[in-house]
Amino acid sequence: MVEIWELIREPVFIVLKIVAIVAPLMLAVAYLTYAERKIIGYMQVRIGPNRVGPRGWLQPIADALKLLMKEIIVPSSANRFLFLIAPMLSLAPALAAWAVMPFTDTLVLANIDASLLYILALTSMGVYGVIIAGWATNSKYAFLGAMRSAAQIVSYEIAMGFALVGVLIAGGSLNLREIVLAQQGSLLHWFWLPLFPLFIIYFISSVAETNRAPFDVAEGESEIVAGFHVEYSGMAFAVFFLAEYANMILLATLAALMFLGGWLSPFEGTWIESWFTWVPGVFWLLAKTSLFLFFYLWLRATFPRYRYDQIMRLGWKVFIPITIVWLVVEGAAVMAGIGPWFD
Amino acid sequence: MDRFGNFLKSLSLSEMRKGLGVTGRYLFKRKITVQYPEEKTPQSNRFRGLHALRRYPNGEERCIACKLCEAVCPALAITIEAEERADGTRRTTRYDIDLFKCIYCGFCEESCPVDSIVETRNFEYSFENRGENVMTKQMLLEIGDKYEEQIAKDRMQDAAYR
Repeated sequence: MVEIWELIREPVFIVLKIVAIVAPLMLAVAYLTYAERKIIGYMQVRIGPNRVGPRGWLQPIADALKLLMKEIIVPSSANRFLFLIAPMLSLAPALAAWAVMPFTDTLVLANIDASLLYILALTSMGVYGVIIAGWATNSKYAFLGAMRSAAQIVSYEIAMGFALVGVLIAGGSLNLREIVLAQQGSLLHWFWLPLFPLFIIYFISSVAETNRAPFDVAEGESEIVAGFHVEYSGMAFAVFFLAEYANMILLATLAALMFLGGWLSPFEGTWIESWFTWVPGVFWLLAKTSLFLFFYLWLRATFPRYRYDQIMRLGWKVFIPITIVWLVVEGAAVMAGIGPWFD
Repeated sequence: MDRFGNFLKSLSLSEMRKGLGVTGRYLFKRKITVQYPEEKTPQSNRFRGLHALRRYPNGEERCIACKLCEAVCPALAITIEAEERADGTRRTTRYDIDLFKCIYCGFCEESCPVDSIVETRNFEYSFENRGENVMTKQMLLEIGDKYEEQIAKDRMQDAAYR
């Protein structure tokens, strides 16, 4: 008996840890959709959902139940296998990336050496789900949407990658935990300040990466109905939805880790620091993540959709040159040892 | 120089920040949503909703089957059949309004010489079965009986302008 326990202890604990990450994540996704509808509603002088449960708090549960009950329709000319596997292919990387996410100094599922590289690799995988969905559906709208979104994700991946190169030059490591620790000191030690252009570009690229407004040409209701997920219904659609929101949270958390000092207190190094020592680091990380998520929603409520060629122009002819220029500037700063970041 | 200025301007995202400022301000504005079943917007006394046929205070129906409403109806939604009663008056045997055809223009009410056909303020009605869209004389009279007080009040208010 004891031997068996010894044998399965490790896997059981890993599964428990995974559940401890994924379950709150799913809850966060559910309530992100609620927050989105509320915030966008408020910005449009509406009040948003308020009927299901007190103040509409049960709305996401009702939505999820509705989607669970609905029939999953597979178009007769679709490639059945790929059609059904595509949503999973887009959700899996969004969840797997969380494995290396450090929530505090010590709280991380897998503290691997090159966690930033791992995350880059996994977020790039997400595009397969989109492409396969668009192709397997066998519909011109889905296909056009998939092509657009693939081109967009690939283009912005480059600008985003360059922005991350800046971070790892400044942090001197590919490990997310060490990148955060390199920002210790004060609010001004965080990388958003020396890497300000990269910070902005990273954030805008992450909006484009997740196909969110104003970069949501993949959906383009007016021209291509709903893009790659036009034929998906019920739970298959819900999985795409989950993936999109999980990706948003993932990229927002990454931005918080790499540019806003992750779990570090914003009052570090100031005279009121001692007042906030009781606040757990996770709280700061969540607060910073929420800030970015709010920005996602704010952008969506504000801007009209970009035209396709403008998206490409912005990605290739604006973001990539700026990141390269800033990498050179940063390199010079590192050579000169400009403090407090690069000494 | 101008090009350079534009370049700097677009780099500073100033237009974007302006836009975000607008939506940011609206986030805190008072919300104008009317929560419908509990709250309702004010209605005019000239509101043109579901139709009704009125009666005189003595209980006799007003309609004299002159068919002016049928003639004036631009959507041909009204069908009337008439007969001569035993007491020599002319009355309808059939008065149907097809609500699918009706465009709620209010011409029937305007044309009625005896203020019989009217449009009430009721706009909250629905049909569950095919055929229920045709309002018969009986149904219209019932609606008229139900809302007579309101109908009379609304007509009284408007009388000064006619």
